[in-house]
Amino acid sequence: MRHTLAVLVENNPGVLARVAGLFSRRGFNIDSLAVGRTDDPAISRMTIVVEGDNRTLEQVTKQLHKLVDVIKITDVTEEPHVERELVMVKVLADRAARLEIMQIADVFRAKIVDFGPKTLTLEATGTEEKINALEEALRPYTIKELMRTGKIAMLRGAKYTTVK
Amino acid sequence: MEITAAEALVRCLELEGVELVFGYPGGAILPVYDALYSAKKIKHVLTRHEQGAAHAASGYARATGRVGVCMATSGPGATNLVTGIANAYMDSIPLVCITGQVPTVQVGTDAFQEVDITGITMPIVKHNYLVKDPEQLPSIMKKAFHIATTGRPGPVLIDLPRDVQEKKIKFNYPEKLHLPGYKPTYKGHPSQVANAAKLIRESRRPVIYAGGGVINSGASGELLEFAEKISAPVVNTLMGLGSIPGDHPLSLGMLGLHGARYANLAVSSCDLLVAVGARFDDRVTGKLEAFAPQANVIHIDIDPAEIGKNVITRLPIVGDTKTVLRALLEKVEPKENQEWLEQVEKWKKEYPLTYNKDGGFKPQCVVEKIYQYTKGQVVVSTDVGQHQMWAVQYFKFNRPRGLITSGGLGCMGFGLPGAIGAQIGRPDETVVLISGDGSFQMTMTELATTAEQNLPLKIFILNNRRLGMVRQLQEFYCDKRYMAVDFQFIPDFAALAGIYGMRGYTVTTEQQLVDILPEIFDRPGGVIVNCLIDEEENVMPMVLAGRGIDESI
Repeated sequence: MRHTLAVLVENNPGVLARVAGLFSRRGFNIDSLAVGRTDDPAISRMTIVVEGDNRTLEQVTKQLHKLVDVIKITDVTEEPHVERELVMVKVLADRAARLEIMQIADVFRAKIVDFGPKTLTLEATGTEEKINALEEALRPYTIKELMRTGKIAMLRGAKYTTVK
Repeated sequence: MEITAAEALVRCLELEGVELVFGYPGGAILPVYDALYSAKKIKHVLTRHEQGAAHAASGYARATGRVGVCMATSGPGATNLVTGIANAYMDSIPLVCITGQVPTVQVGTDAFQEVDITGITMPIVKHNYLVKDPEQLPSIMKKAFHIATTGRPGPVLIDLPRDVQEKKIKFNYPEKLHLPGYKPTYKGHPSQVANAAKLIRESRRPVIYAGGGVINSGASGELLEFAEKISAPVVNTLMGLGSIPGDHPLSLGMLGLHGARYANLAVSSCDLLVAVGARFDDRVTGKLEAFAPQANVIHIDIDPAEIGKNVITRLPIVGDTKTVLRALLEKVEPKENQEWLEQVEKWKKEYPLTYNKDGGFKPQCVVEKIYQYTKGQVVVSTDVGQHQMWAVQYFKFNRPRGLITSGGLGCMGFGLPGAIGAQIGRPDETVVLISGDGSFQMTMTELATTAEQNLPLKIFILNNRRLGMVRQLQEFYCDKRYMAVDFQFIPDFAALAGIYGMRGYTVTTEQQLVDILPEIFDRPGGVIVNCLIDEEENVMPMVLAGRGIDESI
């Protein structure tokens, strides 16, 4: 099963290497990892999507906790939460295809962020499923480039993943 | 007044109560050594190789319970520490390691003697720091000592670029630490403790499985009281030996791969296994599915990540072993377990640890004679291999920190520098090194350190002219196709002793050994006793790979 972990870490040099190194040397699989700072510049937040059974997850969490730079870990998978991923995709778009691609963009509430002579670049945010669906919809038009940021997630309502 | 960061580092060491540093200087750590020149309270022990410095610091920490400090220069100096750091990490030994680094502007340019030592050591330290801001150094030092010595102890490395060492700072040693992600749990959860007491009360065949965590936490007294109160036999991991007196009736010695058959049988038959500061290492458990198959497992450990890692635990208690055992002692009621203890006694008689005394000079006999002569009142350091197993099988460790050995990493070459650290840390005690001809040759450069420091080490080399443990493995797993295990040349260890100002002996019989023991132990000064033992003696019992520990041969 896939789990989504929200991990607060001290924003120290090497913290990403520590986390990534831990996953690789203990044989845990990362599906995606997104990292950036929080409202407190001393603290960064990682959203890690990891594949594994409950026992693996328990070990992942415990081993992460052993890292001195890791402050807090929340497994949001089973909790009500909002999750988003950003995708940018550059698609071949000749005259005939442009309109169709723009219609697809409309359906997925994606934005056209670049209008090239032969290509269109779309930006979309949404859940993983939505991004997957957009990708599938665009595939027939020849995707030249595609990149996803990896998932970020936040608990709904009055539950917080914060230091305090 | 402003001082250099290097001077600040020395002042931090003094404030942490460090009296001893093992190290090896070099270009990138010159300012620190320059600051040490004026330090009155810190003695520097110059080893002959940085690996020796790391191992000696580790031996010192193991023997005294204090933090070991070692330092080295950048590049090869730092990489030579790595084995010693890994060794300390695997055995949860508190070390603070200081390395010099190339100047900040050169970091990342493949400069002369540059390696990314914080990157290299990331998997084998509890934490590490590359110091870029000299003002941060005192706070980093404070954190390093705190992290190394609290919770589950371990090594911490601080990498100091040369220009950072030279910068002037206003010295201020912080009182408080800001470590939001580091909060070890010491006190066991009360309801878990109560549940444990209940499981213990309901058990009929309890066994206590005690590891190095008991020694680290200074919980030997509590362990003994606990074992006696619930009448449970105690098996030890290699790191746990000495946590309960080896000659106590409830002690079954070491379990696992080369454990006594009665120890393994007790674990395989018990209905409750109380693991205390131990981590179910593969050398202990053998085939996991066959390990303690009838038992409920209570696991007491300060590191939550150890719980449930290898075996399924019925009842976890996260906390310091001493604190948890004390809480448990208040909750448990005395028990007898008469039948169970009789059964265990029967196994002890039926399957004693023994060896074939015919046909040559037996290594087990050397260990027995040392034990008998010293009455166990010495600190024993070992290397890794057959001699190590014989040492722990036939020497009864009656007090904690009486055995200085490389457990988790299984690091050949630890013995001599480990003994050096132990002897310096405990100058009033006799330190015995039991080594093998293979291991000893790995770090015998440190004989020079031994001589320079006037350390009266009593070194016994169980010399079978080969890599005995590998040979034994090849006998069992490679159909006796012995490859790269016979030494065609071995130095004369007795003669070597003379070169380093020690007394050297070569013994080939039990009688010769017995005759010289008084001279070895009662005359001051260091000795090397080259014991030419039976070449093909095996460590027995032995659990073959993939088997359960109840199937030892």
